[in-house]
Amino acid sequence: MTLRLRICHLYPDLLNLYGDRGNIMVLVQRARWRGIDVAVDEARLGDRIDPDAADLYFIGGGEDRQQRIAAGDLVRLKRGPLEAAAEDGAVVLAVCGGYQLVGRFYRPAEGEDLPGLGLLDLWTEHPGPGARRLIGNLVIQPEGGGPPLVGFENHGGRTRLGPAARPLGRVVSGFGNNGDDGWEGAVSGRVYGTYLHGPLLPKNPEFADRLIREALSRRHPGIELAPLPDVLEARARAAVLARVTKAESG
Amino acid sequence: MHTLPVIDLRLTAAIALGKATAALSRCLRRGGGTTMPGRVARAVEPRVLGRLARRLAAGSVIVAGTNGKTTTAHLLAHIMRTLGHRPVHNRAGANLAAGLASALIEHADLWGRERGDLGIFEVDEATVPRVVPQLAPRVAVFTNLFRDQLDRYGEIDYIAGLWRSAGASLAADLTCIANADDPLVYEAVRGLPGRLVTFGIEDERHALPALEHTAEARYCYRCGTPYAYAVTYFGHMGRYHCASCGVRRPAPDLTGRDLSLAGPDGAELTLDAGPRGAVRVRTVLPGLYNVYNVLAAAAAALQLGAGLPRVAEALATFAPAFGRAERVRLGEREVQMLLVKNPAGFNEVLRTVLATGPLSVLLIAINDRIADGRDVSWLWDVDVEMLAGRVAHVVTSGLRAEDMAVRLLYAGLPAEAIEVERAYDRALGRALGHLARGRLFVLPTYTAMLAIRGVLERWGAVRGFWET
Ligand SMILES: [Zn+2]
Repeated sequence: MTLRLRICHLYPDLLNLYGDRGNIMVLVQRARWRGIDVAVDEARLGDRIDPDAADLYFIGGGEDRQQRIAAGDLVRLKRGPLEAAAEDGAVVLAVCGGYQLVGRFYRPAEGEDLPGLGLLDLWTEHPGPGARRLIGNLVIQPEGGGPPLVGFENHGGRTRLGPAARPLGRVVSGFGNNGDDGWEGAVSGRVYGTYLHGPLLPKNPEFADRLIREALSRRHPGIELAPLPDVLEARARAAVLARVTKAESG
Repeated sequence: MHTLPVIDLRLTAAIALGKATAALSRCLRRGGGTTMPGRVARAVEPRVLGRLARRLAAGSVIVAGTNGKTTTAHLLAHIMRTLGHRPVHNRAGANLAAGLASALIEHADLWGRERGDLGIFEVDEATVPRVVPQLAPRVAVFTNLFRDQLDRYGEIDYIAGLWRSAGASLAADLTCIANADDPLVYEAVRGLPGRLVTFGIEDERHALPALEHTAEARYCYRCGTPYAYAVTYFGHMGRYHCASCGVRRPAPDLTGRDLSLAGPDGAELTLDAGPRGAVRVRTVLPGLYNVYNVLAAAAAALQLGAGLPRVAEALATFAPAFGRAERVRLGEREVQMLLVKNPAGFNEVLRTVLATGPLSVLLIAINDRIADGRDVSWLWDVDVEMLAGRVAHVVTSGLRAEDMAVRLLYAGLPAEAIEVERAYDRALGRALGHLARGRLFVLPTYTAMLAIRGVLERWGAVRGFWET
């Protein structure tokens, strides 16, 4: 039986602020290198989505203006199907602005609150137009073990988790969710949210494989993935870790 | 009037200190002192920039925008020099207020008299509102707006808003020269006081098959409806309109027609100035992105009184600024550097170097210093895929050599084709090792370009940039 990884990329032309599409490229290539068939569907403004048509849904980030455009459409057309898909074991990965939108609400620096999808128990507030953005290399140690996740963050909003969401990891270097509680990202079941871009997946191949495995296991329980060399990926991650360590000791 | 000598003493002290700082940093070889003299002088006389700029007999021009500032300013200075002007312009990249002040101090005597008569300044996008009130420019050129260095400025809307806010301090006799093909630029400047002159390209043979995903301005700035593009040239440059609110690309005052691109060797085009006539021009600057720079510089020159034939003559004799398509000979081989700084520009550079066929080797050097942008995620917005199967070896260098290597791998290049060498001199050596003769294309970010030029200088191939 041929394995098929079915990806749904939400708002690829609206929410793609920091090379977010790199995450899709990594998922696609890592599946193809293993002989796994891949289909990427793009869902734009106004499109209806089918909870059974994809096993991995991805949402990237945008500027405030784009995020406002996306928020209304998400809540109106995508919330129901995404809830159904997540309940049925599909993976949802939301990065940066997308992370804020899968929470309960986003309170921008100016203007009305944006409603969120409520897939993760969290909320985000922007402290105001004069507040400093949280910018820089970000390294976290994932809860539940595994190698550190590395990337870059750049966000004005501060995110806080409610009791139903667990953090993705503890901040080793950088700001994370809000710059003061030491946590980064959020997980609930197979729904993941994070401020890590860079993009997230190229330098964190184990995490990419975890998402591919979980997505495939929705229809193929117990699936295992063949290992890949990951030589360049490991060097790139090591380079970031070395930089961060050097910056902290110097 | 009895207070005048005091003020002048202050100006003289500021200039003297600035000049001393410049001399000192030249001695110490600290990059030629491109911003420190201005910083020191401004500490003594905060108004030094405005006071010196006012002494330029022919006034000032500013050039702002994400891509092409340096090249456009150099092109314009070159054209104006052939008309007998003595332009004062800031060094590439030294485009904050201190860099502008440094240039004016360098060209002034101790009494503040300028040797030059026309200021041509490239100005950082976000610095525009701060320097405009002091410079009171005659002409302001706005080239394009791309997402670039977002870690420094936040978001692109912010920059467009800054330009609009600069409007209040602009003189009513100012001429704004704006890229008609960039909806972000056009929206940002069309309400400003003064006259608006636009430039753009009309040549559908050079249109892309579809809007690139690097396009920034997919949605109408005013109403949020997706723009309809009849033609796109690169990024979000093209002939757009909004079906909902009616905003559309204006008919340009200066149009580039009948483009003929000769890959990395340059381009030819017809400059059509409508009622002022048309002329065929040739430039060694390669690629569609440089056609926009030629149009911007020509539009500014026409505004400053140049005639079309003189513009064409000057363009033909223009040699590029270092790092911007500059060619350096190394025995049987030569090195051509093409600066990359954001996805749309990188795509254009890739199309340009691939125009003459497959390559045996390419050197890409990526840094993440402040001037490069600290966040390298933009590499994933570049269509690196177009290199797959069309280049045999790629050497990656710079502080983010590994990130570029990973990008190439996922673009479909085999791991064996990718060499990571962080040190610039060894990377150049490795890349040249794959090339018996001909041209090595080097694609660096800004600070990597400075470093590689430093290597070429140590090898005796080029002069120091403070001497150029
Ligand atoms: Zn509109």
